[in-house]
Amino acid sequence: MNTHAIRAIYAFEMARTRRTLLQSVVSPVLATSLYFVVFGAAIGSRIAEIDGVSYGAFIVPGLVMLTLLTQSVQNASFGIYFPRFIGTIYELLSAPVTATEIVIGYVGAAATKSVVLALLIMVTAAFFVPLQIAHPFAMLGFLVLTAITFSLLGFVIGVWADNFEKLQLVPLLVITPLTFLGGTFYSIDVLPPVWRAISLANPVVYLVNGFRWSFYGKADVSVWLCLAITFGFMLACLAVIWWIFRTGYRLKS
Amino acid sequence: MEAAIEISGLSKVYASGHKALDGIDLEIRRGEIFALLGPNGAGKTTLIGIVCGLIRKSAGTVKVFGHDNVTSALQARKLVGLVPQELATDAFETVFDTVSFSRGLFGKPPAPAFVEKVLSDLSLADKRKSKIMTLSGGMKRRVMIAKALSHEPTVLFLDEPTAGVDVELRRDMWNVVRRLKAEGVTIILTTHYIDEAEEMADRVGIIDKGKLVLVEEKRDLMQKLGKKRLTLELAAPLAALPDELARFDLQLSADGSELVYSYDTRGERTGITALLSSLAAAGVRFRDLRTAESSLEEIFVSLTGRQQ
Repeated sequence: MNTHAIRAIYAFEMARTRRTLLQSVVSPVLATSLYFVVFGAAIGSRIAEIDGVSYGAFIVPGLVMLTLLTQSVQNASFGIYFPRFIGTIYELLSAPVTATEIVIGYVGAAATKSVVLALLIMVTAAFFVPLQIAHPFAMLGFLVLTAITFSLLGFVIGVWADNFEKLQLVPLLVITPLTFLGGTFYSIDVLPPVWRAISLANPVVYLVNGFRWSFYGKADVSVWLCLAITFGFMLACLAVIWWIFRTGYRLKS
Repeated sequence: MEAAIEISGLSKVYASGHKALDGIDLEIRRGEIFALLGPNGAGKTTLIGIVCGLIRKSAGTVKVFGHDNVTSALQARKLVGLVPQELATDAFETVFDTVSFSRGLFGKPPAPAFVEKVLSDLSLADKRKSKIMTLSGGMKRRVMIAKALSHEPTVLFLDEPTAGVDVELRRDMWNVVRRLKAEGVTIILTTHYIDEAEEMADRVGIIDKGKLVLVEEKRDLMQKLGKKRLTLELAAPLAALPDELARFDLQLSADGSELVYSYDTRGERTGITALLSSLAAAGVRFRDLRTAESSLEEIFVSLTGRQQ
């Protein structure tokens, strides 16, 4: 194992975050906090409790998930796309590093960043809404697992994209709508049966519900199913990455 | 002794159908400076790209100190440093950080003192804390060389290292190359400046349309293929070439003060004796004479049939 290389990639990526603290940390935390102010403190008190949880607190896990998913994808995709864009990827391709080491470096850094962000958002949320965490270890487990899974997805997108627009395509057009429709702001049990059934095809429903279970001990679907689907998605991303390195797709001519 | 690089039967056909390399066999000796010459699009960069792992080969094998560059890629790559032709650097990182990053990437433990030395060898010491984006093109080129040297490679590839750089950088670079050679590093370079190959290289390879046209010791090559020129400084300028001398391959300089005679050193007769006696017969007297071998450039043009 080339640990010096993993450390170099990881440190390089983390340094990028430090340089862009305002954009990569302050802005997502602020944007998410606005939801707590509006839905928690301002209009949350006029909305009925869901499963005995105040509305402001109910939406926290979903909003944390929204940031976790989009930030993981954005961080990881940018991390590998930028060297391709400016041409410095030659160094990575000519270095004695394995695919595993490259992925640990880039995906590890992206996941670290989004986990730190998620924790910051939870701390901020606690100022506005009555937050409680029933299963803290399960919560951390879901957080880390989801961050890694979506950073892997981000890595795939960063290799696939051949312009900056494609880089934004998935977070904006796929992840954000799926998260809003994935039970972030409501329990899917309040939907008419048809829409509830359709919602079950949305993978984000399982991510949000598994995560919410770790907070309030309640979920619309089985927690084990949530865990299985997250794992399944992670394996799928790993398989695509394995294929990318085996064929040199978009990396080697 | 085992070769530094052993290439056999190497071919590359791109997805577009373009055949960039066609059955290349080449052995680079340990510790030599090998210059690879060839017109644009001849396959030089593809060849380097395959050895360094940037491009997938279509057929053949590449070994670096006996390690196959595909089946033992990690062992092979550890030994190889690459300075590509295209200027590609990070933008926001500092010079010191980016060079240290390269060292880590190649599996070497941090060594700030060594990195400092590499930077000062390339006159980058005072830029160590500068962001790369603030540097000039020539300075960025130095940074790329520093990155390649940061992990102490045994084999160094320089792809057009002096294309578009100023005189000072060229001089610095060749000093670094000479020092590396003295330390036993094997260096493979491609260049457009044939005088550079002529000055630096131990051996020269010429590649054209994906095939190696020739690989020779530079000295042998220049002797074997070289034409020589005999220049005579005349005692008194000539207005025109006397008729008696018409049968010789002679050129009169514009001001009529010099006569240049070209001859082939490989020929059985150089024709010099006949020329000199004809000159005496025609009453043409000369003050001085000198000979010069033809340059690699001329050899190159005669082999590939075109200007580089």
